[in-house]
Amino acid sequence: MRLSSTDFRGAVPAGRARSRGRAGRCTVAIKKRASAWTTFLFLAPSLVGLLAFSILPMAASLVLGFTRWDGLKPIRWSTVREMWVGLGNYAAILGDAEFWRVLSNTSYFIVLYLPLILIASISIALLLNRKKPLISAYRVIYYIPVLCSWVAGALIWKWILSPQYGLLNNILALVGIEGPAWLQDERWAMPGIVLASIWKDAGYFGLIFLGGIQGIDPSYYEAAELDGASRIQKLFRITLPLLTPTIFFVVVICVINSFQLFPQVMVMTSNGGQGAGGPLGATQVMVERIYSYAFKYYKMGYAASWSWLLFIIIFAVTAIQMRLQKKWVYYEA
Amino acid sequence: MNRRIAKIAALGIALAVMVGGAVSAQTVNYLNFSGSGDNLKYLEQMRGIFEQKNPGIKVNIETLSFGDYFTQLQTRVAAGTAPDCFELNYENFVTYAKKDVLLDLGSNFKETKFDVSVLSSKALAAFSVDGKQYGLPSSFSTVLLIYNKDLFDKAKTAYPNDSWTWKEEQAAAEKIRALGKDIYGISHPIQFWEFYKVVRQNGGSLLSADGKRFTVDTAQNVETLTFMADRLNKSNVMATQKQMAGMGDWDLFKAGRLGMIVTGVWAFPDFKRDCNFAWDVAVEPGNKAKATHFFSNGIVVSKTSKNAKAAIEWAKFMASSKEAAMIRVDAGWELPAITDATVLAAYEKMTPPANKKAVFKSLDYLVTPPVVEQSQEMVDILNAQLEAARDGKKTPAEALSDAQKELSFKIKL
Repeated sequence: MRLSSTDFRGAVPAGRARSRGRAGRCTVAIKKRASAWTTFLFLAPSLVGLLAFSILPMAASLVLGFTRWDGLKPIRWSTVREMWVGLGNYAAILGDAEFWRVLSNTSYFIVLYLPLILIASISIALLLNRKKPLISAYRVIYYIPVLCSWVAGALIWKWILSPQYGLLNNILALVGIEGPAWLQDERWAMPGIVLASIWKDAGYFGLIFLGGIQGIDPSYYEAAELDGASRIQKLFRITLPLLTPTIFFVVVICVINSFQLFPQVMVMTSNGGQGAGGPLGATQVMVERIYSYAFKYYKMGYAASWSWLLFIIIFAVTAIQMRLQKKWVYYEA
Repeated sequence: MNRRIAKIAALGIALAVMVGGAVSAQTVNYLNFSGSGDNLKYLEQMRGIFEQKNPGIKVNIETLSFGDYFTQLQTRVAAGTAPDCFELNYENFVTYAKKDVLLDLGSNFKETKFDVSVLSSKALAAFSVDGKQYGLPSSFSTVLLIYNKDLFDKAKTAYPNDSWTWKEEQAAAEKIRALGKDIYGISHPIQFWEFYKVVRQNGGSLLSADGKRFTVDTAQNVETLTFMADRLNKSNVMATQKQMAGMGDWDLFKAGRLGMIVTGVWAFPDFKRDCNFAWDVAVEPGNKAKATHFFSNGIVVSKTSKNAKAAIEWAKFMASSKEAAMIRVDAGWELPAITDATVLAAYEKMTPPANKKAVFKSLDYLVTPPVVEQSQEMVDILNAQLEAARDGKKTPAEALSDAQKELSFKIKL
């Protein structure tokens, strides 16, 4: 439910994680016998946090999803019984055209975002993989957008995409193209948000790909060079196939994140206190709806059902991806 | 030994609870958003006077920014730790009143013989729902017709007055539009808070008389929206998004390129500072009837408050006392909704605009949006359709018919 890219940020790049994981199992094994209590004591601070701020709210939201709680009435057993609607919320959501429109908006985002982020971040990784002076400085520069807060980044992009005075349309004008009104035009608003998201995320995934590329055994390249392979051949025959585990990891994370698309939509499409998700609902996405129902429309129960539907969708899509990986991911490096 | 310590500790805790209880009996927790930023000092002044006049009551002010306010308030109310007294803007007031979390102040008013006539009756009525007075209007801002006198002179047109209707307004707008390619007649935003009011000006309504169903797509309302949209797309007395080229309508007015603008009194300080031409205000013209809109913040008391009586005193002081009203007027911090002649006179003395009377006169024609529990949801649904009509993506009839369908489907009446 509350998965976000930050949950994975600390993770080791996938390519390495696997190789280290195998060795890890024996090295990290606790040699000395510590009492279970000591272990528990050390875990307690984070366990308490996990329980109070993740597990309990999730359990509560599951129950509340079956009620029409308004987010205001204090919750007692009696009130829960009184507000109980069973599967009513789920039926209402699935029976409303809004759900399917929002889902198709999200799919549109994924269709645009996924290929672009792969191309952008693999390109960045290839660029940063070269042994050039100041290369670490460039690695930092590409990573800066990742560190930037989404609110600040989205505000900058709002300006970049502004129809009259925006940077992008002025650049387009130099080559004789009259740029669209981006965020004010329902056909171009989502592509605008995709652009901002690529800018924000490419550095992060680029770094993961860089890790993956550097994990490839150089002897493959040496052998290929002896056989007279060109750079393009090396890229498509060695680098990309051996990078598929990393690509798989990035695709899974990107799809999960895409379903949870939120801050950029909230900041970039809200106008003067009016709701976000415009123009004409073209950028309404699931988390934006959940937020609106919970905190603007006072329908907390309904919002809880939405978020469980979101969970089911993410779970299903990820499960399908896990199954399909056998067809295209090579683990024998 | 240990027991003795425990006893002492228990005694100490009991004492602390008693003392705490005694103190909190006189402490009113007041949560608000309108005091955030520069206005906090005026709120502090009001509290100072109140505590002097009511030595038994202490007010504990907590101020949050508007962006954080409603999620925080919602959480506290749900957790059963609502502040005794808090501020609600009108739009959220309706939802809270319908959710049964506010105290009905009516019986207290009777008990304490509170004279409600010190408050504007229309503003007071806005904060009652189903015959119960759930709140007091602490401040308001009316929406008016603000006009550029110089452009009217150039177009040789008489200034707006109270007898004006849409017809005169449109005629003047067209004459001013004819002054130049970059000069526009009027700016009248097409969005919910304007639309529900203009509908009433045309004798229509968004809800049936019994309040049981929506009547958004009536022929009369289609006529209203057509009138609004035509100003953009047909007569073009109002600048389209493209013609505005990223400028706001306030900027257009300040640049002397806009004859009339429908906006609120909160524009006065800006216009006073930035307009180097003569300007004044008038009550907004109607068609079949006059109807005006206001933004208002009210003070409400939590139903679960243990200090309700003291909290109501604070609410009354904030909304109706002359002292609080004068602080507001002097600070230019919105307006008090009171009828006191000396306060009004002090306000009217501050010009421009010369016709300050119109600010209060607008209150006489006040109409409030439909009182619906799912208020914000209704606003968002209608806004999306109005936007489509404004941008020419849908005809007014299509937009309103779609709005009617969605509202009937989603909003419980």
